Amino acid sequence: MKVGCCMIKYSIKRVVAAIITIFLVATITFFMMNMVPGGPFNAEKSISEQAQNSLKEKFGLDKPLGEQYVNYMVNVAHGDFGLSLKQRGRDVSDIIFSKFPVSARLGGISILMALLVGIPLGCVAAVKRGTWVDNAIIVLATCGIAVPSFVICTVGMYIFGVNLRWLPTFGLGSPIHYVLPVFALAFYPIAYITRLMRSSMLDVIGQDYIRTAKAKGVSQTVSLFKHALRNAILPVVAYVGPLLAYTLTGSFIVEKIFVIPGLGGQFVSSITTRDYTVIMGTTIFLATLVIIMNTLVDIVYKIIDPRIKLD
Amino acid sequence: MKIDKKISFQLNVDDFLPATDEEKLSLVQTRPSVSFWKDALQRLCKNKIAMVSLVVILLVMIFAFIVPIFYPYKYTQQIQGSEYLKPMTYSAQEHTRIAAGEKIFPHILGTDNLGRDYTVRLMLGSRISLLVGLIASALVLMIGSIYGAVSGFFGGWIDLIMMRFADIVYTIPDILLIVLISFAIKEPINQLSTKPGFEWIHLIGANLISIFLVFALLYWVSMARIVRSQVLTLRQSEYVTAARALGASSGRIIRKHILTNCIGTLIVTTTLQIPASIFTESFLSFLGMGVAIPMPSLGSLASDAINGLNTYPYLLIAPSIMISLIILSFNLFGDGLRDAFDPKMKR
Repeated sequence: MKVGCCMIKYSIKRVVAAIITIFLVATITFFMMNMVPGGPFNAEKSISEQAQNSLKEKFGLDKPLGEQYVNYMVNVAHGDFGLSLKQRGRDVSDIIFSKFPVSARLGGISILMALLVGIPLGCVAAVKRGTWVDNAIIVLATCGIAVPSFVICTVGMYIFGVNLRWLPTFGLGSPIHYVLPVFALAFYPIAYITRLMRSSMLDVIGQDYIRTAKAKGVSQTVSLFKHALRNAILPVVAYVGPLLAYTLTGSFIVEKIFVIPGLGGQFVSSITTRDYTVIMGTTIFLATLVIIMNTLVDIVYKIIDPRIKLD
Repeated sequence: MKIDKKISFQLNVDDFLPATDEEKLSLVQTRPSVSFWKDALQRLCKNKIAMVSLVVILLVMIFAFIVPIFYPYKYTQQIQGSEYLKPMTYSAQEHTRIAAGEKIFPHILGTDNLGRDYTVRLMLGSRISLLVGLIASALVLMIGSIYGAVSGFFGGWIDLIMMRFADIVYTIPDILLIVLISFAIKEPINQLSTKPGFEWIHLIGANLISIFLVFALLYWVSMARIVRSQVLTLRQSEYVTAARALGASSGRIIRKHILTNCIGTLIVTTTLQIPASIFTESFLSFLGMGVAIPMPSLGSLASDAINGLNTYPYLLIAPSIMISLIILSFNLFGDGLRDAFDPKMKR
C-alpha cells in the first residue's frame, strides 16, 4: 500500500516536471525565434513595405511580443502551430502529421533493430567473457560508438549503393529501401546497447542468486534466461528514452542524406529556407514527444525494478 | 616481542627499556609512500590501450596544430587549374612548372572542388574539431563544477531548487535545442561582431560562438550532478571527520581531501566530454550549422564531399576516418583514465 502511494506520488511529480519542461521548451523556442532580428519577412527583399505589413498582420506579428507569446502558447496548447511561411496555405500541424508517420516507421524499425541485435550481442559477450568472441564484440562496439551517424550513412551509401549497387540510395519505396537508413540509424544504439547489456549481464552473473540457481542444479540456459536476463535487461529499458531522442535527432541526418520525406528531413530543409513557424512547431512537437517518452520510461522503470528507492 | 605466559601482576621491566636501533628500524616505512598522482600515472602507463590512444591524440594534435605552420599550402589558397586532383597527382600547370625544374609539394590527398589542397584542409578541420571539443569541455567543467559545488556545499532548499532546475534542463532534448539556438543566435552574434570591441568574433566565427554558448547552456548538468554528489559524500566521509578531529583547517581539508578525491572524477568526466562535444559539433557542421566558410571542420568537409561521392570518394573517407579516430582515441583514453583514477570502479 505504502509503495503504491509512493509510486503515485513519484509519477505525479514526474508528470508535473515534464509539463514544466515542455512549457519551458515552448517558451525558449518562441523567444529564440523572436531574437532573430527583423522578423521572418525581412529576408524577402522583393516584398514591398505595404505587403510586408499586411503579411505581418495576417500572421499576427504586428502585435506586442507579450500578446504574440500568449496567443502562440494558447494555440499550441490546442495543437495549432500556425501557418507555414514558405509552403503557402499549409498548416504546420498538417505538415507535421503528414511527415511524422514516415519518420516514426523508420525510427520504430531502427529502435527494434537496435534492441534485437544489441541485447543478444551483449549477452553473448558476457557469457563468453574473455574469449575471442567477447573481444571481437567489444572491439566492434567500442568502434561503433565512435563513428558519427553521417559517416555510417555516407560510407554505407558509397559501398553498397554506389560501388556494389546492391541497395537503393534514396527514398523509401520498397522494403529494401529501408536497409541502409535503418542500418545507419541503428548502428550507434546497437553498439551502445551491446556495451550496456554486457556490463549489466556481467554484474548479474556475479550475483549470489545466480550461484544459488546453479547450485540447485538449474541448467545454464534456464539460469541465464529466467534469472539473469530479466534483471540484466533493466538498464536497457532505462536507455529506451534517450534512444528515442537519439533516433529522432539522428533522423535529421539520415533523412537528409537518403532523401526520405520524413519530419527530420523537413526540419533540416525548413532551417535552410528559414521557415520559422515550421521550425518552431517541429521543435516543440519533437521535444514534447521525447519528454513524454522519457517520463513514461522512467516511471515504468521504477515500477519494474523494485530495488530502486523512491524518493 | 615475547609474551610471558606466567600470570603475574608484576611488570616486566624489559618492556620499558628504550627501543634498540633494530626495533626502531621495523617501524620505518620500507617503501616510500606513493602519492595519488604517481599511483594513477603508474596505473595509466600500464594500460596499453590508453597509452596508444594518448599517442594517437598527440599525433593528431601535432597534425592539426603544428604541421599546418610549415605546410606549403594554406587552407584558403585556391590553386588555379588544379580542381579535383586525385591524391598525389599534379595539374597540367604544375607539371610544366616541374618540367621547368621547380619543386612542387605533392597534394597528398588531392584537392577539392575549388582547387584547395585537401590535406591542409583536413588539418584545419581537425584543429577546429579538437578546439571545439577542448573549449566546450572546459566550459562545461567550469560551469558544472561551480554549480554542483555551490549546490552541494550549501545544501538545504538552495540545493533542492538548483537540482530541480538541473533536472529540467536535463530533460530538454539537447540536440534539438542546440539546432534551434544556433540557428536563432547566429544573426544577433553577427550583428554584435560589427560593433567596436567585438571584432574578435569575426576571427572565431559566429557559428562557433553559438556552438560554445549552447554547450555551456545545456551540457553542464551531468557534470554538476557528479560534482554535487562527490561534495556531498566527501563532506561526510570518515577521513574528513578524522582530519577535522586532528585539527586540520578547512583549507587543508578541501585541498588535501575533497579536491584530491574529486579531481579524478573531474578529469575523467571532462576527458569523456571532449569526444561528446566533437560528436555534436560534427553533427551541426554536417547540417551546415557549424563553422563559417572558408573555415573547414571535419563535419562540413564530409558534408561537402557527399555531392561528389561517385567520383571523389576519398574526399569523404579522409574526414570520416579522422573524426572516428579522434572520437575513438579520446573515448579509450578517457576509459583508461577512469580505470587509473578510480580503481574501485574497475570491472
